[in-house]
Order: sequence, then structure tokens, then C-alpha cells
Amino acid sequence: MKQRHEFHVDSTRYLDDHGKPFGDLPPQARDVERTLAAYRNMVLSRTFDSKTIALQRTGKCGTYPSVLGHEVVGTAIGQSMAKTDVLVPYYRDQAAHILRGVSLKEMLLYWGGDERGSAWENCREDLPIAVPIATQCCHAVGVASAFRIRGEHRAVVCCVGDGGSSKGDFLESINLAGAWHLPVVFMVINNQWAISTPRSIQCGAETIAQKAIGAGLPGHIVDGNDYFAVTEAVDQALERAHGGKGASVIEAVTYRLGDHTTADDATRYRSADELKKAWERDGVKRLQNYLHGCGHWGADQEKQLQAECRERVDKAVEEYLATEPEPPTAMFDYLFETLPAALQDQRERIANKYRARGGQGGAV
Amino acid sequence: MNASAQKAMDKRKASEVKEVTLVEAVNMALAWEMEHDENVVVLGEDIATNGGVFRATVGLKERFGFKRVMDTPLAENLIAGTAIGMATQGLRPVAEFQFMGFIYAGMEQIVSHAARMRNRTRGRLHCPLVYRAPFGGGIHAPEHHSESTEALFAHVPGLRVVIPSSPQRAYGLLLAAIRNPDPVVFLEPKRIYRAVTQSVADNGEALPLDTCFTLREGDDITLISWGASILETLQAADKLAEQGISAEVIDVATISPLDRETLLCSVAKTGRAVIVHEACRNGGVGAEVAASIAEAAFLDLQAPIVRVTGYDTIMPYYRNEQAYLPHVEDIVEAVEQVIAL
Repeated sequence: MKQRHEFHVDSTRYLDDHGKPFGDLPPQARDVERTLAAYRNMVLSRTFDSKTIALQRTGKCGTYPSVLGHEVVGTAIGQSMAKTDVLVPYYRDQAAHILRGVSLKEMLLYWGGDERGSAWENCREDLPIAVPIATQCCHAVGVASAFRIRGEHRAVVCCVGDGGSSKGDFLESINLAGAWHLPVVFMVINNQWAISTPRSIQCGAETIAQKAIGAGLPGHIVDGNDYFAVTEAVDQALERAHGGKGASVIEAVTYRLGDHTTADDATRYRSADELKKAWERDGVKRLQNYLHGCGHWGADQEKQLQAECRERVDKAVEEYLATEPEPPTAMFDYLFETLPAALQDQRERIANKYRARGGQGGAV
Repeated sequence: MNASAQKAMDKRKASEVKEVTLVEAVNMALAWEMEHDENVVVLGEDIATNGGVFRATVGLKERFGFKRVMDTPLAENLIAGTAIGMATQGLRPVAEFQFMGFIYAGMEQIVSHAARMRNRTRGRLHCPLVYRAPFGGGIHAPEHHSESTEALFAHVPGLRVVIPSSPQRAYGLLLAAIRNPDPVVFLEPKRIYRAVTQSVADNGEALPLDTCFTLREGDDITLISWGASILETLQAADKLAEQGISAEVIDVATISPLDRETLLCSVAKTGRAVIVHEACRNGGVGAEVAASIAEAAFLDLQAPIVRVTGYDTIMPYYRNEQAYLPHVEDIVEAVEQVIAL
């Protein structure tokens, strides 16, 4: 029998669990300022995360999906993307959002139940957080198609979880990206758990990255807790996309250290021992150890950074809590560009009702 | 404008009046808008080289190239979602679903994203796109090809649902749909794709959305319908006229948001209403029309509102589809019943 095709999936890791390099690091590691900025962003993201969970626990925020454990991947994505690229996120990309210019206040508004949390004044073209799983992958290929049609040298980064990689939306999108040669980087953030469904029963393939092969794309695995591995992979995939060489799939293997959301209790389905081992591979601590080992970081700097992050998050929380809700009429104001006459009376009704009850109905 | 230029323009306009079918009018509108707005692109299955299964996109690939006329892989969900991504970048995609029975795979994208993008981003991003789908029965098609489930879309906030019922309205309403800054589900009644021809001026003039069209004025009863059923409704009005019953015929055209004003004014004049649609009765748009009239014009009514619709069954295969579809006789009988009350 003649072998028709064989494939391989590369896997990259540069730092061991303690942050010590196995050997030579990629060229990105020479940029110390970039590495320090990455670490700062990871700590800020983690500080924001724990504060938001606390807000939810005290009734000041809605259901929230913790980003704990995802800080490395999000930060690498946010750093590698050009400002003119477009991020198509899922719901656990806070570390990337911060670098894209989404304010902490906007993120709090979003999870606090206010649509203005997706207004994103500083990154107007990034797509909003997609809650229905993997649906955003189709939007990513649409955005990339627009770039191709217009001959723009821009790229799209699309994030999806290991659970999302099981959905048709993901498979259909990588299929189209291969067929149309689109400038997209699909980041599969494999955190091992889709709520209570472990990776082991998510898919029978040995890796998620190899799904790319069926779509005619390169697939690559990186240690998602290794800042240098993720950064190098995303940089290369973006270079490929910007250079008109098409799409890529990167599987970043990490771990969701928290619950799925604040409404979930992960102790129901995973062991304390597994979680303890995952903490030992934590990417934030790993990068801190690396920087410390290189002499670029110390206890005083850490203390100062923690204080700065707390201060910045607290200020955002203050602003968020002081933000008045939009008037009820706002539910009509962005439904269509111009409100159809058929809906005018409904809008007036709600404005008058709230005004009659002493509240802010909004302008009629 | 000087006289010779005016003359040239008049001549040009006159030469652009074509006798076309509804599906040819769809093609004309697509071609016009692609010619005049480079952001307009079309995508779907078999739409480029093949020109679409109903030939609605025939010739577009030759005129505008593969970059703007895109054959997609066979994946309706992907088509719906890709159009959203394109639209957020300022393109004006017109996505074709081969049949309404296949659009359900794209429902999540249409409902969860296209309809909500402007609202959830407070106007930062929006979806100026059109989803086209042939719908309805009566053409001896296989299973899943004869759906008339327009009410599913009419229920979704943030979507416009537009249904033409003649070549002229297909041309004018499709132009309006493409130019609209929000998502439009444009459902084409395939039973009348080639049933009639009509003179259509290919001049880029759009018709208004969100408004009903009064096709025939009358005093005794208001007949309300849309899509292919307009054909039988107009024929019923002719038959009723022979009996001395003067029927006003309204083509709803945009079933969501609904132009209640026109409907209520008509019922205030006639005092009676019969609603005709091919979709099944339960939760159909006819129920919304009837409820709107009952709420706002109850005292104008001289008789109960009656609906002539399909049955609350799955559309039968084609041997029995005529038993399902509302016919002229059904409409006439319903009107006679209402007038007698």
C-alpha cells in the first residue's frame, strides 16, 4: 500500500516548571522590556481577576469566568498583535483585552451587566466577547475575508477553548481559512476542562492542533504556561498571516486554575491533587522565576507591582460602581441605526413608565 | 441639466426598463448595487460559476470577479457567520441560502450575533448584511425545501424581515435591504419566482422598508397577506368584486418590524379583516397582525378577524402540498363568512 500523506505537529517548550530555560531561548527573549511588560500585564490580569470574583461574591458583579491560569496566553497574544490587527475573542481573554486597550472599567461594566462594557473606546474594530461557544470563529474568517478582498496586510487572532474546538463553527472556519488562504491565527486555548468535560473525552485525536491538518493548515502545540513558547508561536503565525501565507492553528496547553465561572464548583468533578499539580506549572510564577533568575526582577519590584496593580484595579472598581446604569430607553437606542416607527411607542412607554415612577426613563 | 443631457438620460432610463420575473429582478438589484457600491459582495453555495440554484446570481461572477462573488464551502452556519465578520469590517455582504429549509444551521449566527452586534457594542460595530433565502412551497421540491417559517425570524429583535411579492418590489426592496445599515432577512417566494413578469426600471431606486403596500383599495374588507400568497389574494379580490364585495389588499412586505399604522387605517375604513399566509397558523405572523388589530382597532371591527393559513403540520411532500396551501377559494369562502356576520 502506498502512503498518501503523513503529518506532524510541532510542540514547543522553553522553560521548565520552575522557569529555568531548557536551552537556548527564542530571539523574543532578548527583548527584556517586552518580557517585563508581559509579566506586569499577567499580574494586573490576575489582580483584576481576583477582585472581580470578590465583587461577584458580594453581589456587585454578575456571573464571571475567571481567567486564572490563562494570563500567559492572553498576554502573548495581546503583545504580538499589531494595533491594526483584529482580535476575535472568547470569554476568557482578559489579559489580551488589557493590552488591546480595553479598560478595566469597561471589563467590569461588561461582567457587571452593562452593554457599554463592549463599547471599547480604544480598540474599535475588535469583536466583542462571544459567549455562544466557537461562534466567533466564523466571524474571524469573515473579518479576514474583508482584509483579503481589500488587499490589506492585516491579520485576525481568534481565540477558542478546547471545548469550542469540538464545534462545527471551529471546524468550518479552519476549513474555510484553508480553502481561501485567509490571514487568521486560531488560538485553541486548551485548559483541559470544558466546564466538567475533561480534554480526554472532548475528542479522540491525540492533539487538537492536528485538526488543522484536515483543513490544509499548519498545526502547532505550545506549552501555554511558557511565555516564550507562546510568544514565538504567535509571532510566527502572525508573520505568516501578514505575509499572505495563510492561516495557522496553535494549541496552547494550559490549565484553568479556577472554576468555570463563579456559578460553578470545580471540586465536583476534578481532584485537589490535579489542581495542586497544575499550580506547580503556573505560568505567571514561572516567568517571575525566570526574570528573577536573570536578575531582572526582585522582591521590592514585586511588592511595588502588586501595589500598583491593586491601586489600578481599585480605581477601576470605584469608577465602575459609580457609573449610573443607562436609562431603560437604551435598550431601544442601539437595536437599529434608526428606530423603526413601529417601536417608537414601546420606547416612549418605557420612558414614561420610569419617569412616572420617579426614575430616569431617558429622553423620549 | 441641459436639454440634450436630459434627453440622453431619459433615453437611458427608458432602455433600462425590463420585463422581468421576480428572480430576474433579484439579479438586477444585486448587479446594480454591486456596480455602484464596491463594498457589496455576495457569498453562498453554488452562487458564482453556477449562478445559484435558482440563477439569482447568474452573471455576477463574470462582471465582478471571484473576489466579490464567492462560492463557499457547503456550510450554512459558516456562511451566516462569515457574513457577520465581513459586515463588521464595513462590507455589505449578501449571503444566499439555497433554501429556507437549510437556513436553520445558520440560526445561531443570525439570532445570537447578526441581530445583536449593534446593540451589544453600543453602536461600535454593526451588521449591514442581507440573508437571502427562497422560501415556501408549491414547486414540487423535495423534503426540507418548502418551508415557510418566516415567523421564526420575525420574533427576533434586531432583525428586519422583508418579503417581496412582485418583480418590482423584489428589485426595490432588495436594494433597500442591501443599503440598510442593519441585518435583513430577505425571503424570496420561490413559487412566484417565474410566475409573472413585470416592467422594472433598472434605475437603482429603492422602495421603503418597514411599510406595507396597499395593492388595491376597497371598502368592505381588508385582505392582508405577503409573499406568494399575494397572488391568490389578488385573484380572490377579483372574484369578490364580481360578487360586489370591494376588498382592499395589503402586501405587508416587511413582516418585522410591522407597519401596524397602515393595517389599522385600512381596518378602520373597512371594518373587517382576513389574513392570508402560507405558513402554519400557530404563532404565525398572522397572529401578530390579528392581535395588533384586536388591541388597537377592536371597536372598528364589525366581525371577527379570520385567518386563512397553512395547517399546523409539517409541509407535506409535493403530492399533497396543494392540500396544504391556501387557495383562492379558501380566501373567498373566508371573506363570505366574515361579510355574512
